[in-house]
Amino acid sequence: MSEQMCEERVSRRAFLTAAGAATGMAVAGGIPGIVAAQKAPSFPKGTKLHILEWTSFVKASDVEFKRLATEFGKLTGVDVTVEFINMNDLVPKIASAIETKAGPDIIMMISNWPHLYADGLADVDDVAEEITKRDGSFYDFVRNVGIVGKSWKAVPYAMGTSTWAYREDWFKEVGAAKFPDTWDELRTVGAKLKKKGHPLGQAFGHSLGDPNQWAYPVTWGFGGMEVDPSGKVVINSKETIEALKYTVALWKEALDEGGLAWDDTNNNRAYLAGTISATINGASIYFVAKRQFPDIAKVTNHGHMPKGPAGRFYSIGGQYQSIMKYSKNQQVAKEFLRWFMDRPQYDPWFVANDGYVNGPTPYWEKHAMWERDLKLVPFKESVRYGRWPGYPGPPSRKASEALVKYVLVDMYAQAIKGMKPEDAAKWAETELKKIYA
Amino acid sequence: MADQRIDPILAQSVSPAVSAIPAPVAVAVPEARRPWRLGPLLEREHVLAGVLLAPALVILTIFIAYPFVLGIWLSVSDKVVGRPGSFVGLQNFRVNLDDTIFLRAFQNTFVYTFIATFLKLALGMAAALLLNHQFRFKRIMRASMLLPWIVPTVLSTLAWQWMFDATFSVFNWMLMNAGLISTRILWLGDGVLAMGCLILVNVWRGMPFFAITLLAGLQTVNPDLHEAAELDGANAWQRFWRVTLPLIKPILLVVVLFSMVATFADFQLIYVLTRGGPYSSTHVFGTYAYEIAMRAAKLGQGASISLFLFPFLLGVIVFQLWYIRRASD
Repeated sequence: MSEQMCEERVSRRAFLTAAGAATGMAVAGGIPGIVAAQKAPSFPKGTKLHILEWTSFVKASDVEFKRLATEFGKLTGVDVTVEFINMNDLVPKIASAIETKAGPDIIMMISNWPHLYADGLADVDDVAEEITKRDGSFYDFVRNVGIVGKSWKAVPYAMGTSTWAYREDWFKEVGAAKFPDTWDELRTVGAKLKKKGHPLGQAFGHSLGDPNQWAYPVTWGFGGMEVDPSGKVVINSKETIEALKYTVALWKEALDEGGLAWDDTNNNRAYLAGTISATINGASIYFVAKRQFPDIAKVTNHGHMPKGPAGRFYSIGGQYQSIMKYSKNQQVAKEFLRWFMDRPQYDPWFVANDGYVNGPTPYWEKHAMWERDLKLVPFKESVRYGRWPGYPGPPSRKASEALVKYVLVDMYAQAIKGMKPEDAAKWAETELKKIYA
Repeated sequence: MADQRIDPILAQSVSPAVSAIPAPVAVAVPEARRPWRLGPLLEREHVLAGVLLAPALVILTIFIAYPFVLGIWLSVSDKVVGRPGSFVGLQNFRVNLDDTIFLRAFQNTFVYTFIATFLKLALGMAAALLLNHQFRFKRIMRASMLLPWIVPTVLSTLAWQWMFDATFSVFNWMLMNAGLISTRILWLGDGVLAMGCLILVNVWRGMPFFAITLLAGLQTVNPDLHEAAELDGANAWQRFWRVTLPLIKPILLVVVLFSMVATFADFQLIYVLTRGGPYSSTHVFGTYAYEIAMRAAKLGQGASISLFLFPFLLGVIVFQLWYIRRASD
């Protein structure tokens, strides 16, 4: 379907109007009207709001966020500052802010950080409940990460996922009309592709994103898990060993040997250079291809994380915003989050992301934006299968520790390097037992 | 009125020439009296010493002593981000000794430090000896020698990352085109090889420091001594061992010790190139402590990892200070 037709069918304005009408809001008056309708509180002159965000992979996303923040400042008379920093710098910044009780009023959280920093975060139950009332329930995994104990400690606002980016042309050459639906099918197709000089690519080094995008979903897909729902370590199971055996076989038969040395960026480069035929990644490969390598973009499509005997899974480290407990401007911060998450503001920001992120509730799956480029549909659907690191155990500090120690990633990497799958699972068990002790 | 009150003071304490100054200037006199009171105080040696040392002491206390004491406290507490910690004795250190990743990091730190320092010393000495000769473009050579050391570590390491890239490594390209290898070498994909690469980059970056410092040492060696040794029939090798080396030994030791301390605490290079991977085979104390303290938010445990360095570094520093003091006596 052409882009134009999609636009005509459900234009953004029509969507907004319908959405607004459904909840009985005054959309016609534009942003000021909505703020007026909601009786945006005016704050004393000189009130400040400092927001810390990562630098998004999608530049337009930051531009739009900044525009909205400025708009909020104008409407409420608050002096708003938005600071964008590199993703890797968020952690030390959050730790020092909480410890010194000084810094930004709102800080972005990813992964399961709301659990890691819960003691330093203010409750945002009212904001989360308001979103639920308006847009429906959050995805389950989002609720699990956002709620610590009994309170919401972070407002979920976007879920960026990784699916398989793959070369349709090469897959067709080996007889695969679409991306394989199961891990076993992927192995068969992958082996044929590697024989033709087009291996699949997957990182097994130490970096936050891609290696974990393999380790968690594959373990779950085969029925393995680090801990059971009660937190008991159960990694050393025949399901995990099956997942390990599968990975080692796929490594030999279908994967590019470079993977052990890869971080989050290598597969992007390898894919765009044409040395691999498929890899797990966010939409960034496709976006860069569209801008710089249109020929590759044309033959690129996206496929779901394949199904294993236990089903289909994605590990999703969403984006959340938390209000810091030390902040003296908690009320303003809350008003900002409430305002930003409201449809008239959230919609243009969501659209600016162009499919790189999903909304935090299934409501946003219905957005017309998803019809602009049907190659992004797997991203839209991936959230339905989302889980958190440490699933099905509760998201916790312990799950974070297992993540930063790369226990699952290293379990796979060691098996690939020749450790017996049984021994690799046993090694992971020993490590996890120490963490979950 | 004011003039009248000040004038008698002026008459007592300043010379007649000054007392002739018109009244408005004389208003400044109460200020001019302060040195008169402070002066004798500052003339006492221990007071002056204290005053002069105070700024340095304040800086040392705030930026060195306080973080250090805090670090020690953290290492014996169960402090995590956002919660007050409580004293747990040596529990964190016990946990470290039971942690296979930590033990690997422990081993790596020593391997990394000793091999890299040895290579930096050997190559730095060779470079210094070469640079000590007269040749064309000597100044340019000496200056360009320092480049690896001047470029910010993160930037140069990123360049190395490209050279070691699994897909685009320039080394692989050269070796393949020279017909020396048929499949690519995964420089950072194997624990031992990756450790070798880290050492290589560290040597590349740190060697100029050795070369330039040793060169400075070499230039203090009196050429007459070499001449005399030569006349006595000593060959080049003997002159190096018997004349040059003993004379530059103090500077050599200082450089080695400085470098060892810096290499021991290295972080950036490893964090950029491997982040401790693959399979936690290249962690050193610095990188592992960062992961635990920052990314797992376990400040106490992380501090105990980095403080494992302390006894060794203390030993190095004590030896260094003792040696320098002995040499200067």
